This record gives sequence, C-alpha cells and structure tokens, in this order.
Amino acid sequence: MAETNNVQQDLKKGQFKSLLVENIKYRTILTKKYQDKKPYTPKDFKKITAFIPGTITKIFVTPKKKVKAGDKLLNLEAMKMENIILSPVDGTIKLISVKEGEKVTKEMVLIELL
Amino acid sequence: MGLKQKTADLKKRMREAVKGGGSKAIEKQKAIGKKTARERILSILDPKSFHEYDLFVEHAGRDFDMDKKYLPGDGVITGTGTISGYPVCIYAQDFTVAGGSLGWAHAKKIIKIMDHAMKLKIPIIGINDSGGARIQEGVNALAGYGEIFYRNTQASGVIPQISVILGPCAGGAVYSPALTDFVFVVENVSKMFITGPEVIKTVLGEDISMEELGGARVHAEITGNAHFFAESEEECFDQIKHLISFIPWNNDKKAEPFPKKPPKARKYNIDEVIPADPRQPYDVRDIIKSLCDDSEFLEIQELFAANIIIGFARMAGQTVGFVANQPLVLAGVLDVDSSDKAARFIRYCDSFNIPLVTLVDLPGYLPGIEQEHAGVIRHGAKVLYAYSEATVPKITVIMRKAYGGGYIAMCSTHLRADFVCAWPTAEIAVMGPEGAANIIFRNEIKAAENPDEMRKQKIKEYKSKFANPYVAAAYGFVDAVIEAKETRNFIVHALDVSSLKVEVAPKKKHGIPPF
Repeated sequence: MAETNNVQQDLKKGQFKSLLVENIKYRTILTKKYQDKKPYTPKDFKKITAFIPGTITKIFVTPKKKVKAGDKLLNLEAMKMENIILSPVDGTIKLISVKEGEKVTKEMVLIELL
Repeated sequence: MGLKQKTADLKKRMREAVKGGGSKAIEKQKAIGKKTARERILSILDPKSFHEYDLFVEHAGRDFDMDKKYLPGDGVITGTGTISGYPVCIYAQDFTVAGGSLGWAHAKKIIKIMDHAMKLKIPIIGINDSGGARIQEGVNALAGYGEIFYRNTQASGVIPQISVILGPCAGGAVYSPALTDFVFVVENVSKMFITGPEVIKTVLGEDISMEELGGARVHAEITGNAHFFAESEEECFDQIKHLISFIPWNNDKKAEPFPKKPPKARKYNIDEVIPADPRQPYDVRDIIKSLCDDSEFLEIQELFAANIIIGFARMAGQTVGFVANQPLVLAGVLDVDSSDKAARFIRYCDSFNIPLVTLVDLPGYLPGIEQEHAGVIRHGAKVLYAYSEATVPKITVIMRKAYGGGYIAMCSTHLRADFVCAWPTAEIAVMGPEGAANIIFRNEIKAAENPDEMRKQKIKEYKSKFANPYVAAAYGFVDAVIEAKETRNFIVHALDVSSLKVEVAPKKKHGIPPF
C-alpha cells in the first residue's frame, strides 16, 4: 500500500488542512486555485474603477466638482473603442487618481466620489 | 526520359520535399529541444507504417511575391499509419517551413486528411506547431481555419480526435484543439493562447512570459484545456499510444478487448484504503487500482480539478471510464471545475460506447461566494445532464458519503444508473449528520439545559438511524449492499449482463446542455 502510506505521511507533515462543508470538518488537501481565490468585496459605487485595461484619453471633471448620476467623468480607450465612463451616483469628486494619457489596469481606481 | 530516369527524378523530388525548411531551420528547431514534424509522426506510428499524402502540394500564395517562394509540403505533413496495429490518420505542422504558418494549401491538406478519417471511420491525430495564420494569404488563411473547425465539430463524437501541442498554437488556431477530444501538452514546448504576451504588453501594459500565460502547466493545471501533461515529447508519444489502446476506432465500435487480468491485489488491497471516519482522506486512485485489470489506470486531467478523478481502465478485458470523487483533494467536493471535468468525460464515454463506473464519496458541492458567482449552478448541472443523457451501461458504487445534491449527481439510480451498489460504510442521506441534526432538532437543542450536549446526542441519534446504506436500500434506491471486496465481481457481472443494453432517448435534434 505504497500510496496509502504516502497519505499517512502527508497527514503527519501537516499537508492536510480542514475544509468545512455543512458543519462537517474534512481533512483534505486544498488546491492552489482554491487557496488563491480572491476574497469577495462588495461593490463600492463611490469608487470608479476601470472595467477594462486601457488608456485614459480625456477627463471631464475636476476635484470638488459636484456631479449627478449619468454625468460624464472620463474617456477610457480600450480595444480600439472609446468608452465614456459615467458617474453611477450623485456626489462630489473627491480625488482623481489618473492623468490624461495614462495607461490603467483592470479594476484600478480612477476617481473617488464623496 | 526512360523509366530509370523518371524514377530517379521522383526520388530527387521526394528528397527535396522531405527536407522541410532545410538544415538551418531544423537546427533551430532542435536547439530548443523540439523534434521535427516528420520525426514526431514516425515516433508515434508503428515502424514503417506511415504513408504520406500530398507531399508535392504547393502553396497558394499569390501576393507579396509569395508566388516566387517554394514551401515544401506547404508546412504540414499528412498521412495514415498504425499505432500498435490500430489505424489512424495523422498530420503534423512543420515549424521549419514558414513557421508552420497556415495558408490555404496547408489547410486543404489538413481538411483532406480529416475527411479521409471521417470516411474511414478511424481516429485523427493533429500535431500543432505553427506561428498561426499566414498573413500574406489574408482571408484565405481564415477560410482554412474555419473549414477545419467545422470538420472538428462534425467529427466530434464520431471519430476520436486527438490534438498534440508541440510548439506555439496561438490565436484562432487554438480553437481546433479546443474542439477535439483530447489535448496533449509538453512542458516548455507547448504554448497556447488567444492573444500573446506582446499584444497583452502593448494593449494592456501587463507583463507576462509565454510560459506563464499559456504554457503546458497552465493548461494542465489552471485552465483545464489540456488533458495529458508530459515532461518530454517521448513521454507525450507514449501517453498517446496508451490512450489509443483504450478507445474504439469510432462511435459504431466498442474498444478492442484485452486479455483479462486480475488487479495487483498485494499492492492495492481494497479493504485497507478507506478510513472508517468519513472525515478522513484517502487516495481514491488506490480504490480504482484495486478494482481494475492489472491495476492499470490511465488518468485524464490529472492536475486539473484534482478533487475528481477521471480516466480509463479495463474490467475483465473491457475498457471502462472511471469517475470518482477524490477525498484527498478539497474533500472530493463537486465544484465548477470538477463538474466540467466529469461531465465532459461522461459525454465522451457515452459517445464512444464506453461503460461508466462511478465511485461515490463526497460531502456535496463546494460552498462559497466565489463558487456561486462562478456559476456552480450552471456548471454543476452539467453532471446531471451528462449522466442522465448517457445510455452506456452505468454502474455506481457508493463507498462512503453520498449527501444531498452530490448523491443525486453522482450517477444515482434516479439518473438511470443501471446498477447501484453500496458498501456497509456508505452514508446516503439528505445531508451530513451534523447539519441535519442542527435543523431537525433545532427546537430541542435550543430548549435543552445543555445545548451542546443535546446537539451531540441528536447527531449521534441521526447518525445511527440515517448515516448508513439501509434507508436507501429499503426504498430500492440502492440495488445491493455489498462488502468492498465483492466490488470487482459486482462490476464485472454488471458489464457482462449489460452488453446488449439498449436505451432509446426521446427523438430530438439535440439537447441544450448547460454549457
């Protein structure tokens, strides 16, 4: 039972973690993919993030400016398309963390609203 | 010219053509540890069995001075041959000729050998090693890919289709392997992606190496695009030969039977593998090896979604497909990836008349936000769909836990398993005792002076009443409760009596599986 002995050895080495399914703790190995999964964060509508990586080609607002839901905030060019990013909520511009011409990665915060 | 001169002329033409891209290009190919296209074909096929077609085909490029160029065989070698005596059609892209790029004539050679495989009803093996579309041929290169994809789809479920990635396979080219049954990759050699690192860098500013983006390990472990991972081309060729021995030539046939052999009982003793405590892990591959002929198990997608095990083995000489929960990894849960992996394999076995043996020991579906948002409903449904749809003999062995939705999904009698047996260690219940007792006896536990004591007592009660195979057996949902060591006999007998099984599905064009 070479393989089973390996399992016993792994148990001793502490390779095994516990996984809770319906109140039962199972001893098992966790996959890399499972361990690498990102924790969930609820969406914050006051933080405008890049939904796609690309380049900021135009910024329409300045700090402290009041905006309404639907107002233009900036242009994000990606995949040869200009995407106009609109404000999802009413608010005031707290911070603009990008410049025109800047390349941005996905999920990067572009503008924060108050 | 007399006959002699004409023969000499033919030989000269052949010598020129088989040179491929010439000695410099071949040297380059070798320097990075790759074999040439011709060497690859000859290593996979039986000695002297290769018969080449279309050696003298010339490329179809007319623009950008391409008409002045000679591209031997237009960068792809095609033909027929045998593997351990089994007939196959085969093609190999030749990277030494114009980077193995695909032009119209190159595509036409592949199309021709694919059509040939369909007519002859034998497997097709495609070796991919190509820089992609030959840009100079423009839309003709795209047409070539399209014609190949269409044929891949038509051939799907009719003849086995095997893709071997031995070099770059990028852009649209990746979709031919993706449409085939089995994809083989080799560490440091195979590269598959839709957009390469350079495009990602310029468009998105993200830095990643080819290997990290779409290397062999990525596809074997993370994406699940690859089914077999090898460390060298030689190992890869052995894997192909091994696979071919297990599968039938086409969907009208059964896999070729082998002489019966008992399992290696001394090494794999079925009574010693499973811990009695259902929370403790073990390697379910040891169970498979304790059941199958000669303990010979060909695992598929070993590194991807390792919480479920799939692969081929033989029972009394006949090929079967094993699907088994793996308690060693993630407690053997069903999740997005393991559901995809199992469902596709079940459909493969069903298409090619390979009986299914399912070994059950799972706590249920993996809980979590990430799983729910990744669509575990839609993906999990694939397992139900695939098992329900399959009409090959279906044999289920419930070894330990079979809780809730997991019980139903793992080829229960309700999804029309033909034979279901359970071991005395089986626990077939709507959920695990801990969860169930908490819900059913909620009020008693709350009202008790010592709730923890009461909970423990109620869990114990529930366990002794329901955590066994006899409740399900009493309803006839389990056909037999058997000792573990009787399992091989049970499976072999089930296969014997179901060799004439006929099940007719309702007439339809095709179903709509939850892709």
